[in-house]
Parts: sequence; structure tokens; C-alpha cells
Amino acid sequence: MSSQMNSAHVIDVTGFNHLLGWLGERGYRIVGPTVRDGAIAYDDLAGAGDLPRGWTDEQAPGHYRLRRRNDTALFGYAVGAHSYKRFFHPPWEALWHARREPETLQAQDEPSSTQRLALIGVRACEIRAIAIQDRVLLERDPQYRARRAEVFIVAVNCTTPSGTCFCASMQAGPQVSTGFDVVLTELCSADPPVFVVRVATAAGREALTAITHRAATETEMAVAESALRYAAEHMGRQMPGADLAPLLRRNLEHPRWNAVAERCLACGNCTAVCPTCFCTTVEDTSDLSGRALSRSRRWDSCFTAEFSYVHGGSVRPSTRARYRQWMTHKLATWPEQFGTSGCVGCGRCITWCPVGIDITEELAALGADSAA
Amino acid sequence: MDPGRRKPRLAVWKFASCDGCQLSLLECEPDLLALAAALDVAFFPEVSDRPIRGRYELSLVEGSISTPEDAERIRAVRRRSRHLVTLGACATAGGIQALRNFAAIREFTAAVYAQPAYIGTLGTSTPIATHVAVDFELRGCPVNPRQLQEVLSALLAGRPPVVPRHSLCSECKSLGHTCVLVAGGQACLGPVTQAGCGAICPAYRRGCYGCFGPQQSANPVSLSGTLTALGLNRQDLLRLYRTFNAAAPVFRAESERHAQ
Ligand code: SF4
Ligand code: SF4
Ligand code: SF4
Repeated sequence: MSSQMNSAHVIDVTGFNHLLGWLGERGYRIVGPTVRDGAIAYDDLAGAGDLPRGWTDEQAPGHYRLRRRNDTALFGYAVGAHSYKRFFHPPWEALWHARREPETLQAQDEPSSTQRLALIGVRACEIRAIAIQDRVLLERDPQYRARRAEVFIVAVNCTTPSGTCFCASMQAGPQVSTGFDVVLTELCSADPPVFVVRVATAAGREALTAITHRAATETEMAVAESALRYAAEHMGRQMPGADLAPLLRRNLEHPRWNAVAERCLACGNCTAVCPTCFCTTVEDTSDLSGRALSRSRRWDSCFTAEFSYVHGGSVRPSTRARYRQWMTHKLATWPEQFGTSGCVGCGRCITWCPVGIDITEELAALGADSAA
Repeated sequence: MDPGRRKPRLAVWKFASCDGCQLSLLECEPDLLALAAALDVAFFPEVSDRPIRGRYELSLVEGSISTPEDAERIRAVRRRSRHLVTLGACATAGGIQALRNFAAIREFTAAVYAQPAYIGTLGTSTPIATHVAVDFELRGCPVNPRQLQEVLSALLAGRPPVVPRHSLCSECKSLGHTCVLVAGGQACLGPVTQAGCGAICPAYRRGCYGCFGPQQSANPVSLSGTLTALGLNRQDLLRLYRTFNAAAPVFRAESERHAQ
């Protein structure tokens, strides 16, 4: 047994509430799962009462429904509709503004965030996604860096994968192994649930010390282990095989791209919900007087025509070319650029695609009928 | 702007429409003074009854062409205008009144008027761009006041307006709404509709009905497949695509597929 295993503790729902209180007292903005508009969304939490207690998510290609569980689990669902991406890499943000007077032009950067952020209920796939975005943005983007500066992560191991999850085949989950301060495994065999807790950082240890906890029993640790094993064996989907990059590179003219382009709406839902997609466009505007100028940035997507616009037109005028860009970037060129896959197997692009296009199924089709 | 220079003259023209788009200009409320400072509003039937003749740097045109007189008048407007921008679904796609394009106009006039012979109207309602060159088409039913202000600011600065032509979904997701189609099983035209409204309908948990017209890469055939699986029949689909932008080519072709 590892030393981390030896240091497993248990807290109950009251202890969990105290953890949130402890974070609040330290000036953290607390963000985590809550039920909003018929889905589990990540939003501000006032306390454990805002968590999706007794709810779960039913997910399939192009389909999502909240369902009642027959217990009072706080984290008995797979993943939220949106990822935590929006808290570090927001959909829209002001970059600078300027004032033009007859003789002068004064520009001023928008201030960077100084808000401490605590994320509650972060899954293994999300932690991997945050690490991937760090790789892409941390060095390049001061606004992102400022938002990432003071973050406390309360991870929760996933024991309820959905029908579109495949983190196991992306080696991204379901067990959280890095990138957290505190990790919990919710034991639903007790009702109300209790949580097996491990800490990984000094801040995490400090938090645990401040709240009521006790040592985990052998049985509790075994139940936690088996819940994770169950999750790994109950992934709704699987990304087929290894060596995706050469497979994709061999099949750039495969007829399957035409078939998927007939279904694809070029709506960009997949890139918006993907926790790793990072593309943005920059917009410059002026007001009616022509004196107030501003530059802002918003999410863009390789599914829009403007995305690949260069002098004279779009490089990817067809939906076929755009879908191929999206999938080959995720699975083939991303590893070359950033040393990891661009996909963590969260399944959001499958669930939230209005026509239910499934990245694992598309890849399998390319592989089954591949140009040698 | 150079204080010595005359302010550019703005004219607002109305054709077959409901006035909602012109009123969007008044909705730019906090900035009406800035507007008046930047532009000389020369003809604005909603706020002034003193039409000024002459030439205009910018004409905003609301409404579609549905009578022979209007077809003449829009040519005169174009001749007087340096820039011509159309406002809204009527001016850009023919509006709800373009439902006449799918039927025989005589049957409508006979049903509505006691003396249909006195009614001078065309058999179709067509967008302004069918008749004259248009510099920019602003979508919506009605247009979004913020987008309108952006188009005016851009024209004054001589830069392209920031008015994206991608799907409503991008805007809806950016705002953090839950998808009403995927999570609610509702008919939503968001994936085939252009952004710009602020995703108002999904914000109130109902499907988009397409008042900003088709997005740049719309694929309604595929969306209709999904909507059929959700339980819509051919009549439902026909009606879904036949509202304010019924005559926009992409929506028209799709509704006609469900009419046969
Ligand atoms: S898949 Fe598309 S939107 Fe996502 S990071 Fe790659 S190019 Fe950008
Ligand atoms: S590509 Fe799809 S499954 Fe992979 S991380 Fe992005 S949204 Fe999740
Ligand atoms: S794959 Fe699905 S979600 Fe992505 S652009 Fe195409 S239709 Fe939209």
C-alpha cells in the first residue's frame, strides 16, 4: 500500500460543507456543479446545498436528460454540460481600450483577474483538460495565467460515467492521479454519502486539518477502489486503438469525411463544449464618436468560415474540410504541437452535437475501412 | 470627426414592414445623443415629419418590396444614397409577408378586401437586394440594437462591421445556456440560424425560430432529420422554416422539401 493510500481520511456532508466554508473564508470564489436549466452546470456555489444532490445525467449522442437517483449522492453524475474552461479562458473578454483625442491616443490594457478560484467536483478528464490548456495558453496568454494563478482544486473521482464517456481509453480517467489539492471519492453505499479524502498539496493538507475528519477504514478504501474499477469498466464508449495520428494521416481523402459532412451542421457546439479547444478571434471596434476604441477576444471555432479566412477567401470552405480539421487537430496534429492528445474522452462533443456525431464512431469508421 | 466637416446625413426609409427595426434605432437609447452628434438624421418617419430631399451618406432601409410603386421608390433611394444598409428580415429576406410567394396573391386579396380590383400589389415580397445593390444586410426580426449601433459606428469609421455570420449555437454556448434541443427535446433552429439576437429564446427555455435567417454554412436537411426523430412531422417542419425568413433561399428550399 502506497503512503498516499495510508493517508486516506473520511469526511461526511457536514465536513464537506466546512471545506466550502474554509475556502470561502480565504477569499476563494467557489465554483462547482449545480442544477440549472435542466442540466448540471458549473456555477457559483453558496454551499453544499447548491450541489446536484440526488441527480444524475443521462447522456447519449445528441441527448441529455437529468434523472433522479434513488439516493442523495452529491456527485452522482458524469460531467457538467460546460467544462471549467470558461472560468480560465472565457467566451468573451476585453483586452484593451483606447481613447482618441485630437492630439493624443491613449491605450490601456484591461486589468487581469486577481480572484482566487476554488473548483469543486473536478473530474479526472477535466484535470487533464486543464493541464492541456495550460500547455497551450499559460506561456502565451497573461490573462489566462492570471486566472490560473490562485486555484484550489477539489477533485472528485468519477464513479458514474455516462453513455458518452471514454476517458479510460484516453488514459485520462476515471481516477484522478494528479493536478489537485484534495481528491474525494464519494461512497454512495452510505446515505447520506461519505467521502474518502486524500490530499496532495500543503494547501490541501491545511484544509483537511481545519475540518472534521477521521481515518478511512480498510473497507471504505476497498469500496472506493471498487467504485473506480466499476467506472473504468462502464465507459459508454471507447476510442479505438492506438496510433491515431498515422491512421488519420493515411485517410485524409476517405469517403467517410463526405458522409459526416452531410450530417454535420457546422454549428460549432462541439468546439464550444470541448474542454481543450482554445481557438479565439480578435475583434476591434470603435464607438459612434470614433473616439473610444476597444479590442476584445471571443471563442472561435474551426467550423466557421471566417476561422480560415485569408486574403481572397476561406481555406476551408466546406464542412467536410472543417470537420476533418477538427478531428485531425484533436487526435493527430495536437500531439505534434503540444505533446498530448487534444481529447480527454469527456464525451461532451458527442452529447451536445445536435445531430449526435460521435468522434469515436467516426474514427472507428476510418479505421475499419482504411486506406492501408 | 473633423469639426469643420458637415455631419454625414442619415436617412431611414420604410417599405413593407412593421416599423420594429426602425424602433430598434430608438432603443439605442443611452447613445441617441452620440448618434445625433455623429449623424444628421435627415428623414426618419418615426420621429420627424419633415422629410429632407437631397443626397444621403447612409440610407437605412426597412421593409420588403411588395408593390410596383415600392419597386420604383427603392431605385430612387439607391440613387440618393452613398451607402445603403438594409435592416431586418423584411428588407433582407422578404419578411413574413413573403409567405405570399408560396401561393397565388389573388386568393389572398379576394379573401381580405371587398374590392380586390383596387389593390395594387406584386405577387411576391422580395428583399431590397433583389432590386438594387446593398452595401450591408443587417439580419433580425427585429434587428438587435447593439448590432445596429455597431454597423453605424463601423460605417462612420470606415471599417467592416463586427457582425459574425456563424450559428446561433456559438452565441448560446458562450452565454452558458443549456441546449433546449439536446437537453429538452425541443425543436430549435439555432444550428442553422445566424447569431446576433443574444440567444433570447433559448435563454427563456424555448427553441429558436430563426428570425436572424440562415447562418453562413446552414445544413437544414440534417437538422430536419434530427427534428423528425424528435417527433416533428412534415407539416411541422414546413411551418418551422416558413416564418420571417421563409423566402431566404436556404430556408425556402428546406420548407419546399416538406411541402411535396
Ligand atoms: S479542434 Fe478546432 S477549435 Fe478546437 S483547438 Fe483545434 S482548430 Fe481550434
Ligand atoms: S474532443 Fe470531445 S470527448 Fe474529446 S475532450 Fe473534446 S469534447 Fe471531450
Ligand atoms: S460535429 Fe456536431 S456539434 Fe460539431 S459542428 Fe458538426 S453538427 Fe455541430
